Amino acid sequence: MYDPTVARLTYRALLGRRRALILFVLPAVLVVISVAIRLLVGADDAVATEVLGGFALATMVPLIGVIAGTGAIGPEIDDGAIVYLLAKPLKRPTIILTKLTVAIAVTMVFSAVPMLVAGWILNGNSQQIAVAYTVAAVAASIAYSAVFLLLGTVSRHAVVLGLVYALIWEALFGSLVPGARTLSVQQWALALAEKTAPGANIASDVGLPTAVVLLAVVTVAGTWYAGRKLRTLTLAGEE
Amino acid sequence: MRPEPTTTPAVPAPRGEDASIHNIGYRHYDGPRLGRSYARRSLLTQSLRGAYGLGRSAKSKVLPFVLLAVMVLPAGILVAVAAVTPGAKALEVQYTEYALMMQPVIGLYLASQAPQSVSRDLRFRTVPLYFSRPIERVDYVAAKYAAMASALFLFVTAPLVVMYVGALLVELDFGDQTTGFLQGLAGTAVFSVLHAGIGLVVSALTPRRGFGVAAVIAVLTIPYFAVTTVQVIAEAQGSGGAVAWLGLASPGSLMDGFQSAFLGAPTGFPGGHEPGTAVAAVYVLVILGLIAACWFALMGRYRKAGL
Repeated sequence: MYDPTVARLTYRALLGRRRALILFVLPAVLVVISVAIRLLVGADDAVATEVLGGFALATMVPLIGVIAGTGAIGPEIDDGAIVYLLAKPLKRPTIILTKLTVAIAVTMVFSAVPMLVAGWILNGNSQQIAVAYTVAAVAASIAYSAVFLLLGTVSRHAVVLGLVYALIWEALFGSLVPGARTLSVQQWALALAEKTAPGANIASDVGLPTAVVLLAVVTVAGTWYAGRKLRTLTLAGEE
Repeated sequence: MRPEPTTTPAVPAPRGEDASIHNIGYRHYDGPRLGRSYARRSLLTQSLRGAYGLGRSAKSKVLPFVLLAVMVLPAGILVAVAAVTPGAKALEVQYTEYALMMQPVIGLYLASQAPQSVSRDLRFRTVPLYFSRPIERVDYVAAKYAAMASALFLFVTAPLVVMYVGALLVELDFGDQTTGFLQGLAGTAVFSVLHAGIGLVVSALTPRRGFGVAAVIAVLTIPYFAVTTVQVIAEAQGSGGAVAWLGLASPGSLMDGFQSAFLGAPTGFPGGHEPGTAVAAVYVLVILGLIAACWFALMGRYRKAGL
């Protein structure tokens, strides 16, 4: 269910040339901000929660998820190169699973690792805040990758749709309409963080069991449907 | 099977008579040539129409117009609220505030249209074809920049017009509304030129549309959220004076500070710290500098593009 060649090609498509630049810049911004805040303010748990939850988990993780998830398959479908991959004797679910693995790995490396580093810089992991947000970032990476990979197979405007979900649904609607928060990867991930660091002031709107079930369902269902979608893929011409 | 030649081998044609190049009637073009400014104008209109999907497939019209509808809808609601509320003196949201409030939608529009304006030319290597016409690099960049800025300006102005017309129909104070509307237009003009430049530069760097979209959004939102987070922390730590300076670091907060300093807009900065006179001057310099930097970056990008 994992093909090294497909994985190698996907890694190259995601990290080749200038594309990796944007992926390196985002975590770098987070670490720089953390260092600056630590120097200016000193270690403070409330500040750490604000930076990691309000900035890193809310904007950085979904953005990296969009780039990695849709970037793993979108451009190939877009320029028709996917035909050569589909013509090989590989099962479609194998292709999807391999690409999902790569997308998850890339998202985790560029979001969870900087999250841990930033958390450590901000307050030296007091009250397990750094670890809690890293756990949340790991869970979110998996779910975001699956969702955005599915979007990449469904629509040619996958990046825009992914951003609409990440920015408008989670950030804008989530802050206005409480119900929208129940259906948000960010809140499910926060539920895990809440459990990991019970003392810290991390709040999620979703209970832990619900969050775990929803995360698993979204990931598995998204991957399964992406595999199905790839079997009936119609190649659209250039608009 | 080819039939065997039955007759004697063909006699070579006598020289000078049949072995001439036939004149099949090609003519020179003697008519008027439309020239450089016409080509530039065509590129401008084509790019501007393209930014709303006009002249492209039906599918590519969907996204810009859906976003435009989302953009105008809250303006309609504001007018409706003012109409229903007895004795309303002003609209709930000021004209200058509106663009900042709707930044995610504007960002998405820019991110979806800037790459389609420039990335596809790079990817399908049509840039050399443009330059085989009588236009120079300056014309291409100017036309694309002007088209994107105008498209953004129209996108942001549409809801302002709805608000203005609605406000006058509800018989709010004419003078107040007109001043506010003009201030809103001025802010929108600066906003459009700045954001169009940023969007075009970022998307001209990649021939991949998808990466362009994500990169534009990242450049617009990540600094904005970073700035807001740090501003909130600075305010909470009692160093409110730093808030205005921090606002210089992202396009969104730059516009917020600029409008509150010069166009009488309420600021969205935490603690309501508006930039003072000195900081306001720095805001203007940074905005002008960014626009100039975008222009020169685009000019540099097309020095060797696609060749």
